[in-house]
Amino acid sequence: MKYLDEFRDSEKAQTLTKAIEQIAKKLEPKLTRPLQLMEFCGGHTHTIFRYGIEQMLPDNIEMVHGPGCPVCVLPRGRVDVGVNLAERPEVIFTTFGDAMRVPGSRKSLLQAKAEGADIRMIYSPIDALNLARQNPEREVIFFGLGFETTMPSTALTVLQAEREGITNFSLFCNHVTTAPTIKAVLDSPDMRLDGFLAPGHVAMVIGERPFDFIVKDYAKPLVITGFEPLDILHSLWMLLQQFESNRCEVENQYSRIVSPDGNTPGLEAMNKVFENRDFFELRGLGSIDHSGACIKESYAAYDVERKFAVPNMQIADPKSCQCGEVVTGVIKPWDCKIFGSKCNPENPVGALMVSSEGACAAYYNNGYREAKVA
Amino acid sequence: MSKRITLAHGSGGKAMRDLIEDIFVSIFNNDQLSLMEDQARFELADLVAKGDRLALTTDSYVIDPLFIPGGDIGKLAVSGTVNDLAVCGAKPLYLTCGMIIEEGLPIDDLRRIVASMQATAKASGVRIVTGDTKVVHRGAADKLFINTSGVGVIPQHINIAANRAQSGDKIIVNGYIGDHGAAVVDARGEFALENSIETDCQPLNDLIETMLAVCPDIHCMRDATRGGIATVLNEFAQESKVGIHMSESAIPMRDEVRGMCEILGLDPLYLANEGKLLAVVPAKYADLLLETMKTHSAGINSSIIGEVTTTPVARVILSTKFGGKRIVDMLFSEQLPRIC
Repeated sequence: MKYLDEFRDSEKAQTLTKAIEQIAKKLEPKLTRPLQLMEFCGGHTHTIFRYGIEQMLPDNIEMVHGPGCPVCVLPRGRVDVGVNLAERPEVIFTTFGDAMRVPGSRKSLLQAKAEGADIRMIYSPIDALNLARQNPEREVIFFGLGFETTMPSTALTVLQAEREGITNFSLFCNHVTTAPTIKAVLDSPDMRLDGFLAPGHVAMVIGERPFDFIVKDYAKPLVITGFEPLDILHSLWMLLQQFESNRCEVENQYSRIVSPDGNTPGLEAMNKVFENRDFFELRGLGSIDHSGACIKESYAAYDVERKFAVPNMQIADPKSCQCGEVVTGVIKPWDCKIFGSKCNPENPVGALMVSSEGACAAYYNNGYREAKVA
Repeated sequence: MSKRITLAHGSGGKAMRDLIEDIFVSIFNNDQLSLMEDQARFELADLVAKGDRLALTTDSYVIDPLFIPGGDIGKLAVSGTVNDLAVCGAKPLYLTCGMIIEEGLPIDDLRRIVASMQATAKASGVRIVTGDTKVVHRGAADKLFINTSGVGVIPQHINIAANRAQSGDKIIVNGYIGDHGAAVVDARGEFALENSIETDCQPLNDLIETMLAVCPDIHCMRDATRGGIATVLNEFAQESKVGIHMSESAIPMRDEVRGMCEILGLDPLYLANEGKLLAVVPAKYADLLLETMKTHSAGINSSIIGEVTTTPVARVILSTKFGGKRIVDMLFSEQLPRIC
């Protein structure tokens, strides 16, 4: 299968793992603890677990699984708003699949659906627009989720709705932005990260420059990474080479998809429709300044928060939740007091257990319940 | 007869009797059913001649849509129950057919489905000997629900159970995995594919008879339906308290199914099958069994995909093509496509 199999070649994997071992050995005398490298993006977490990559790495390299899973960081309050909207009889509430499982303070969208709310799973915001066209007497709401990766398609859908004069379509915008989120991780106390694998599909949209602040202001090297297992090994090798030669740069491993300036038409659509919020809450990380996207005044007619009087509900996670510490590398999932017991995939308490790409869910679903694994 | 099922067809009166005779009795066409008694009756001596234990199973079928590429709810309803009997080594003999029909179902659809049930029953050597028909208001059921119960006889000395896997045993699958799960996603039309994927729905009893002739001491066997092969292997590992090691490169899968899984972010190990079994067999019979299965139409793409070990207990490990290892756990809830 083109563009997949070449990047899953086991012989090349062996070459890369040997090269990684060699550099790791050279770095060993300089280290006081294992290197902690964060892959920010949930898609990368998924690849690492699916291919068993962490077990292929030497002991002095540890992966820390970051908060770049837009489902995981969706705050309970926003889910409650979504459920309230979905329960209105005139509304058809459309959402991506994974978001349906996120628990709010009363229920998840999946539970609301079981109780009769008209909630439909779609694969693309254009599906929501189609529903609006087919159901002119209903209000079709699209639950817009994702980092910058999915923002262009949402923006283009709003622009399409405007072109066609569709008025019964609106967007419940929960898009989040990558740079402020990484900054929040870097600013947290006890943060112990040494370098980053940066999200390749976010970079495909926004380009390389938005990551510069990480190397300039925080002196952490960064490699923009693709999603196949060889991409991950390749990026780790590039990152280690930076450590070895005392460089601190933004490098682009995913150059077959990512160009330095990003995707211009995508960015243009985004800039037309969206602007940064003053702040947005991310579950597990708290309120982050200038983060998250909201809809510009010129597109207010498509903004659910203006169309309906949407309250700003902030609902804190239980005190037992230690997601913030896991996400910044301070503790591992199994160190969390409620990991696997009160908090598990069937009954997720915190952000990182909710989606299959959250760190805790990834560990749990792949059988890593405690520190030592056979 | 009207073109659609109405509440009258379920009311116990003439309309219902006409429906039963015109469709069920005439299509299923066997002595038992033609008697139109409230129950089917069997000579115990006939059963005892075939083995020493009775096997009894039941399953309900609620698939939507009713017709998918390669099959329909009727074919599923017969194959699924036949297979549940066959995987314990039983010879499947008789099925029941309970139908819950939503008011408004086109009668032609019902006729087509019942014909499909009969064709599948004939192919697997079973007879559908008794049944029930209910009609519910529009909206109280989704088009058609079918329940089939099945009875079979297990020959002496056959002892297949989930707790019999032993260290050293080999694990065999009889062909491509994930076809049915992928076919259902494709048939729902939510995802426009160029090539249509067909369900692998088929009765397996003939294949299993061939397998048992070559290796009477099959230790474990199950058909991998909802939850896929990953679920069955976890069940074996847990019940037998053993470890199972699988090799990703040995698992047969169609390119189209693989492609769909890649795009949607689904794991094929958990996708439903309707014509696939997993057998845990003593190592010394594995190669012979494999060659035998490959000569059977239901086993052409069979493969030895793994083996049983003593550790890690109750765990299934996959060696990836890439060179790493991962643990394959039980699914906690429905697989949902990933966002980005």
